[in-house]
Amino acid sequence: MRTIEVLGSGCPNCRRLEANAREAVTMAGVEAEVRHVTDPREIVSRGVMSTPGLVIDGRVVSAGRIPSAGDIATWLSEAG
Amino acid sequence: MTAIALPRPGRRLPLPVVAGTAAVAWLAAWLVEAPAADWLTFSILGLEHGSHFGEAVAFLLEDLPKVLLLLTGIVTLVTLIRGFFPPERVRPLLVGRGLVPGSFAAAGIGVITPFCSCSAVPLFIGFVEAGVPLGVTFAFLIASPMVNEVALVMLWGLFGPGIALAYMAAGLTVAIAGGLVIGRLGLERYVEEYVWELQGRPTATISVSLTWADRLGDAWSYTRTLVRKLLPYLVVGIGIGALIHGYAPTDLVASLGGRSNPLAVPIVVLLAVPMYSNAAGTIPIVQALLGKGLPLGTTLAFMMAVTAISLPEFVILRRVIKLPLLAVFIGVVSTGIVAIGFLFNLFVS
Repeated sequence: MRTIEVLGSGCPNCRRLEANAREAVTMAGVEAEVRHVTDPREIVSRGVMSTPGLVIDGRVVSAGRIPSAGDIATWLSEAG
Repeated sequence: MTAIALPRPGRRLPLPVVAGTAAVAWLAAWLVEAPAADWLTFSILGLEHGSHFGEAVAFLLEDLPKVLLLLTGIVTLVTLIRGFFPPERVRPLLVGRGLVPGSFAAAGIGVITPFCSCSAVPLFIGFVEAGVPLGVTFAFLIASPMVNEVALVMLWGLFGPGIALAYMAAGLTVAIAGGLVIGRLGLERYVEEYVWELQGRPTATISVSLTWADRLGDAWSYTRTLVRKLLPYLVVGIGIGALIHGYAPTDLVASLGGRSNPLAVPIVVLLAVPMYSNAAGTIPIVQALLGKGLPLGTTLAFMMAVTAISLPEFVILRRVIKLPLLAVFIGVVSTGIVAIGFLFNLFVS
């Protein structure tokens, strides 16, 4: 079971990233839980200041941009 | 969004080909745009040179493609460059500096570092917890949305270097002065307590590095989103601009907003409070107002106020700072903008 965390305030960009992450889970065919982290304290504690950020299994893979579902799927299968 | 369903499709054209073709197409469009608009208005539509209607239509046909071209070209390029200076990377440059050098550095860094008001809270916490002084943090928060390269290059392209540099100098002055004042006032107790409790923890780093294709893709998708969002405002703004251009008597605009009216600057700043747009969105209105003889100081004050004084951002910032500090922040920024407007009207003709 993998964990994907979307760090963001719930802004439109963060929701787009969350949608991409869910699509990526389907594409990569892995079992993963997608969580949306909105608490700014928790976001900053990951070292991210520009939202949306993306964390896969505790590892920050992007911040301040919206990676495509394809990219996220690649990361999911790489780190698996 | 469904077009990217396959991971890294190999059938795409090579990146240099795509980028090169786009650049050449952009340049060609830029060169033929103004003559084409003229030809369309006066030869094809048969409107008369110098008539109110003809001049308004020519303005509309010439300016909409011009602003769109500038926006797409410049925003893409600038977003690409900004991508190299995320706040996570520039923060160490501001840690442990004194208030004065820190405020200057923060205002300057604010110009090149991308900022989205939805990131204001994590950014604020991230700066303060790392030990960036409060005044320096505010210098950054003021400068970043207000003075950015998009505004600068748009102003440069449409009005020449004088106005672009004037806007930059004005914005940096407001940001530095704001940072110094907030820093000197010692308002740290009006920052929400939990922000201080986070200080001094180790922070993680981002583990995936970006390729040029990633960066170009990001820049282009950001530009598309921005242009789509701005397009209705641009059409309305340029439409109003066209009307002002063709019909409004220069004397009327100039006398209502002119130098002789001391209330003009505070009034445009107040008008700007409910309006929020990023700097690029204000350009068509600024263009119309300047063209009709509104003084430079009043126009720049309007543009700065629209970008820097934003109610949604204040609501967001309220989560990390208490009301007195928020009030000081708003007061300092608006006073600074009004003062700059007056100074420009007094000394620049």
